[in-house]
Amino acid sequence: MSSDVTPTSKPVKTTGLHIGEAEPGCRKVDPILIADGVTRTFGGLKAVDVDHVEIPRGAITALIGPNGAGKTTFFNLLTGFDKPDTGKWEFEGRSLAHVPAYRVARMGLIRTFQLTKALGLLSVLDNMKLGAKGQSGENLFRAVFPFIWRKQEEEIEAKAVELLTRFKLDAKQTDYAASLSGGQRKLLEMARALMSDPTLVMLDEPMAGVNPALTQSLLDHILDLKSQGMTVLFVEHDMHMVRHIADWVVVMAEGRIVAEGDPHTVMENPAVIDAYLGAHHDTDLGATETENVEAIKELIDDEQ
Amino acid sequence: MIDWIQIFSNAAQELISPTTAAYALAALGLAIHFGYTGLLNFGQAGFMALGAYGYAISVLSFNLPVWAAVLVGIGASVVFALILGIPTLRLRADYLAIVTIAAAEILRLVFTTNTFEAITGSAQGLNGYKGSFAALNPIPKGTYGFGPFQYNEYDWWLRIVGWTVVVLLALLTWLIMRSPWGRVIKGIREDEDAVRALGKNVYSYKMQSLILGGVYGTLAGMIFILPRAVVPANYQTSLTFFVYAILLLGGAATILGPIIGSMIFWVLLSFFSGFISRAVEAGWLPFMTQVQAGQLRFILVGIAIMLIVIFRPQGIFGNKKELAFVK
Repeated sequence: MSSDVTPTSKPVKTTGLHIGEAEPGCRKVDPILIADGVTRTFGGLKAVDVDHVEIPRGAITALIGPNGAGKTTFFNLLTGFDKPDTGKWEFEGRSLAHVPAYRVARMGLIRTFQLTKALGLLSVLDNMKLGAKGQSGENLFRAVFPFIWRKQEEEIEAKAVELLTRFKLDAKQTDYAASLSGGQRKLLEMARALMSDPTLVMLDEPMAGVNPALTQSLLDHILDLKSQGMTVLFVEHDMHMVRHIADWVVVMAEGRIVAEGDPHTVMENPAVIDAYLGAHHDTDLGATETENVEAIKELIDDEQ
Repeated sequence: MIDWIQIFSNAAQELISPTTAAYALAALGLAIHFGYTGLLNFGQAGFMALGAYGYAISVLSFNLPVWAAVLVGIGASVVFALILGIPTLRLRADYLAIVTIAAAEILRLVFTTNTFEAITGSAQGLNGYKGSFAALNPIPKGTYGFGPFQYNEYDWWLRIVGWTVVVLLALLTWLIMRSPWGRVIKGIREDEDAVRALGKNVYSYKMQSLILGGVYGTLAGMIFILPRAVVPANYQTSLTFFVYAILLLGGAATILGPIIGSMIFWVLLSFFSGFISRAVEAGWLPFMTQVQAGQLRFILVGIAIMLIVIFRPQGIFGNKKELAFVK
């Protein structure tokens, strides 16, 4: 069972994902998600302007970029939570344009949120059960007759308990989700996403606000998803984590994809360094001014 | 001297009065809307008016039998819920509140206007629609009962039908709220985006909830008019607020709360009104007239409800644990 997996210090990286040069918009051997010309403007600001991007199947892809780069907006567009101005994008060959968010989720593309959305006044177990797909008891008319959905409910509960055990939340199953700590809510949200057996899991800042002790276990859970055959796309600021678990990195800045590549080479890409630190980060802006500063200092001394 | 026995017996009668049943049912509808789904419906009076007018007009103007008149009322409230829900359920909760409060007022004013007097009876309202309901009564003529509960056959028939509907719908509500459907509904109350991300059609669930709770309100409106006449002035926004008061009193996301809350509300109201009016008669409150006394009871009920909400904010049946996490 996967809960027996000991923390892997050196995760197995998937390589050979792309075709040709590792440049922005490069082709992948087996893409699961393809976005083409997706743009979204808020007033005068072009928040997302992605020409072409492909997310490789069966790998962990990190979407990184400085604050305001449009990562979360891009997430929202891909999952149907926001509507782009232009563009088309497809998931496993099926177009996702104008597909409402709940249908996207039913197709097997499940997301989590940057600000955790645990359903506070539902028990942890109910949170989990809510994640299961195709429940006949969710129809109002069938809900009245428990014998129709009871068997399915038991199966869902067994699966939920199994997942909770894996995420070490089983002791909490009858508690309100609101009573969990921030890190436990992240775990619950991830576990809940798995209830529907997704093919692509999109995690929006899974590590934000999680204490270092939980970080390792969250990392292991993400690596676990890959070993179970799921594809993971996540947004993250923690470069250490990105380098540790990601197989592929997509860098966004000012709404555009500025670089792609495996985590070690992409960090050395000048475009990435520019995006994070500014284009003139290595020019010493003070160097040429030194004489002037000296002169001013002397002037001030004279005045006194 | 004050006739305490009379005051208490009048108050006790409210326990099983059809009006109490009607308010309990309307509050149960609001429990589905507000308590379970998180929909802020401030137009429950409108749903009740649709039940009252739908039933009375079907019987008076179209000579429909009881069952058909009930179906007309339910149909009208389903259409009303769709009209309210289609534009607003995609928006934030507060928009529904504004739209429902306005729509309920529009309905009341349409029923009051002189233009449709031939059908709606304008401000005088309607009466004379009880014949077919009374004709279904299997109880033989006579007065029955014990203690303060002495009624004739029509009044008993009305109470039996009214409370049977309340009990059946309470059972139905209990059944669906513990089903997976109820789980989705409660999830939507907590965070609808999260539920959407799990593949549930949130819009459709909110619409189902709005229609279902609205139908409860419509049936409540029918029970409400059977012991009295249909008067448009009864369907002001204050009616909705009384129903909300009952709901909060009993506990918003509970089944028994609205029912017991309605009983407490009406017993208290009857007790205060009996007590004050007799106290004025007996000269205990020399600064007051009988007319003022009639208003004072609402002030006292208001204070009683404030005290309950302050000292037991989860309501009588609400779960105290839930409050620990209210943001």
